[in-house]
Amino acid sequence: MATNLTEQQIPLPPMSRVGFLRWLWRQLTSMKTALILLFLLAVASIPGSVLPQRGTNPILVDEWLIDNPTWGPILDSLGFFDVFAAPWFAAVYILLFISLIGCVAPRAGVHWRAMRRPPPPAPRNLNRLGGVSIDVSDQPELVLSRAETFLRKHHWRVIRSPEGWVAAEKGYLRETGNLVFHFSLILLLVAIAYGGLFGWRGNVIIREGEGFSNTLTQYDAWGGGRFATPDSLPEFSFTLDDFNVEFERDNAQSGAPRLFEANVSVVRPDASAAATELIEVNSPMAIGPAKIFLVGHGYAPQFIVRDTQGNIVFDDAVAFLPQDGNFTSTGVVKVPDSNPQLGFRGIFLPTSALDEERGPYSSFPAPDDPSVFFGAWAGDLGLDSGVPQSIYTLEIDLMDQIGLRALRPGETWELPDGSGSIEFTGFDRWASFQIASDPGKEAALIATILAMGGLILSLFIQRRRVWVKARFDPGTGRTTVEVAGIAKASGDDPQENIDQLVGFVTGESQ
Amino acid sequence: MTSMGLAEASNNFVYASMVTLFLATIFFALSYSSGRRRSQVTETLVDSAGSPISATADPINNSERATVNPGWKMANIGMSLTWLSAGLLTIGLVFRGLWAGRVPWGNMYEYSISSALGILLVYLIWSTRRDLRWLGLFVTIPTLLTLGLAVTVLYTEAAQLVPALKSYWLVIHVLAAIICGGAFTVAAATAGLSLIADRRFVNQLPSRETLEKYTHRIIAFAFPLWTFAVVAGAIWAENAWGRYWGWDPKETWAFITWVVYAAYLHARSTAGWKHQKASVIAIVGWLSFLINYFGVNIFVNSLHSYAGV
Repeated sequence: MATNLTEQQIPLPPMSRVGFLRWLWRQLTSMKTALILLFLLAVASIPGSVLPQRGTNPILVDEWLIDNPTWGPILDSLGFFDVFAAPWFAAVYILLFISLIGCVAPRAGVHWRAMRRPPPPAPRNLNRLGGVSIDVSDQPELVLSRAETFLRKHHWRVIRSPEGWVAAEKGYLRETGNLVFHFSLILLLVAIAYGGLFGWRGNVIIREGEGFSNTLTQYDAWGGGRFATPDSLPEFSFTLDDFNVEFERDNAQSGAPRLFEANVSVVRPDASAAATELIEVNSPMAIGPAKIFLVGHGYAPQFIVRDTQGNIVFDDAVAFLPQDGNFTSTGVVKVPDSNPQLGFRGIFLPTSALDEERGPYSSFPAPDDPSVFFGAWAGDLGLDSGVPQSIYTLEIDLMDQIGLRALRPGETWELPDGSGSIEFTGFDRWASFQIASDPGKEAALIATILAMGGLILSLFIQRRRVWVKARFDPGTGRTTVEVAGIAKASGDDPQENIDQLVGFVTGESQ
Repeated sequence: MTSMGLAEASNNFVYASMVTLFLATIFFALSYSSGRRRSQVTETLVDSAGSPISATADPINNSERATVNPGWKMANIGMSLTWLSAGLLTIGLVFRGLWAGRVPWGNMYEYSISSALGILLVYLIWSTRRDLRWLGLFVTIPTLLTLGLAVTVLYTEAAQLVPALKSYWLVIHVLAAIICGGAFTVAAATAGLSLIADRRFVNQLPSRETLEKYTHRIIAFAFPLWTFAVVAGAIWAENAWGRYWGWDPKETWAFITWVVYAAYLHARSTAGWKHQKASVIAIVGWLSFLINYFGVNIFVNSLHSYAGV
């Protein structure tokens, strides 16, 4: 109040640079700024849940950009499709953490000193604190001894003065918990950053019977933090022996998945022989720092392609990617060894159905009635141009369509222009795995456990002070006892402690 | 009992619980209207006597009148009906679990009736320690809405769990979230009441300060639990999806909810923010919890969108 008055009356001297910085620091570390930053953090997160995000769903982002040619690029350039990596999002949480450090670090010093200091002496006038005043016949010394015994028994920090008072304080762990909570958040942020810099993850699709060894070239997609090097991948390999999947057949939730499990033979870093293991959705396989998760599955129809002379030019299973919950799956077959080169775009239907409008689709995810719908192209696949191609798309710029056909297992299609034949022999299943290593996750877990512990202490422990004064009154020959207390947290009330204390020092409840 | 028998029994117990709760709501509402009449009578008495009633009336009679306030009688009936409703709902939920042969947390219908029970239990357990008859109406209404939505829009036949949900983390994570949902709802009710308490249009309400203190207490209880629910979810996610945090919409809104309640706790210890502003933040926190529960499950493409909603 006094400073406000002087500020109004006396013109302030121009602020020095240091003064300005100090003012800025005080603003940044004030509770009000922290509140505003917390709100900003909440609001800044919202677009990340409303707009599709590159990190979780890049395909949806591309679709969104095509559907919104005006707003799409604007939002994209502002980072709205990767909100949690956007500079403005980082700005909010970095400011919040600076504010947090600026607020908590000085408090740690204050608390350190407070913890080693005795409770403050009794104020001159306890009545002002709304305490209780009573007359008892016992001597002051006895009353104060009782108070001291009671308070020590209940783990208060107590000092007793020869001047006829006892002061006590408890609940230091409240502030300790508060500080532990906030410092744990910093530790959590560091752990997340460490995991981001040194962690890596990759995805791979493996057909039944196929193997995988943990080198970069074997992955379909691999991404790592700035300091994650592909050379540091742990050495292991595994083969997908068998993949089991079951779907609900009852009416309720028909088609919902009920079981996925991958039986694998794995060769661990130190082992010479393969061991069989089971990978399920909620039970990944851990190898060294890496964990192997089962994340998806699908069908891989098998084809044999023969050229005009009947020579086999292609004999393999091809992973098709599921497009809907019933595993209507699409994929391509590329046959570079025939002349002319052949390419097929196919739709695999585990349970075939036909709709006037939708065309062929699958009506159930299990392979009850499998078939493949094909479009065939002949010409140049464009594989020699040097431009890398996806194995899931067919470049038809240099090719001519030669026909369309549906096949069931065992059926062969003689291509119409006599350039060969394709036989649909059956299908395998494939499973997709995510292989990930996050070296920061243990530290993150420790940080959150510490944070929760600190939080509980800071919310449930009450910091309270109580004082007991006892004075012999020669006039009445009795002792006047005053008991009062304060709570440091708003909304907290030391009344129960005062009542207990009064009961005890007067000898009522021994 | 046959499996269909169990299904029917479960539904019937849920319906019975709703009817009971509807009656409880009526009695709680009546407790307000009759309570107001009573207080008006008291005021006229004071006016005609020209002095406060406590000065003239026998103190024993006075306190007796306080307990036999016809409004509180109605509220007592409402309270008993709420206990009954919670009991019926528990039986309904247990039968549902027996029918499905698993914990009854496989789809949104089951989450919703569990959340309704969560709200009732947080309120009822708290009411054993404090006189909360004034709060009944504001607890039974959101519970009824939740149940109504569950049986009409969200109803699904019980089925097995999808593989992603087959984990003991389901029990830990969902149980914590459901209790938090109950606590956040009750806190939103007390926070909302604290915003109108100064207008004193209803005499039964505690003072604004008391309501604010209650709101703070419930959120102080729920916030660590919510933190735990989110962390349990993260541990589960690490085990199932290979990352403990991926900014899936459900995770994002859980984070937003956490941040808003963190802001509430900070506001409570910031000058100028302790009172109305803090109460508004508590309500915003509850709204973001609701968005996370209904919005993300129904409208957004999320890893938390399950079969049968």
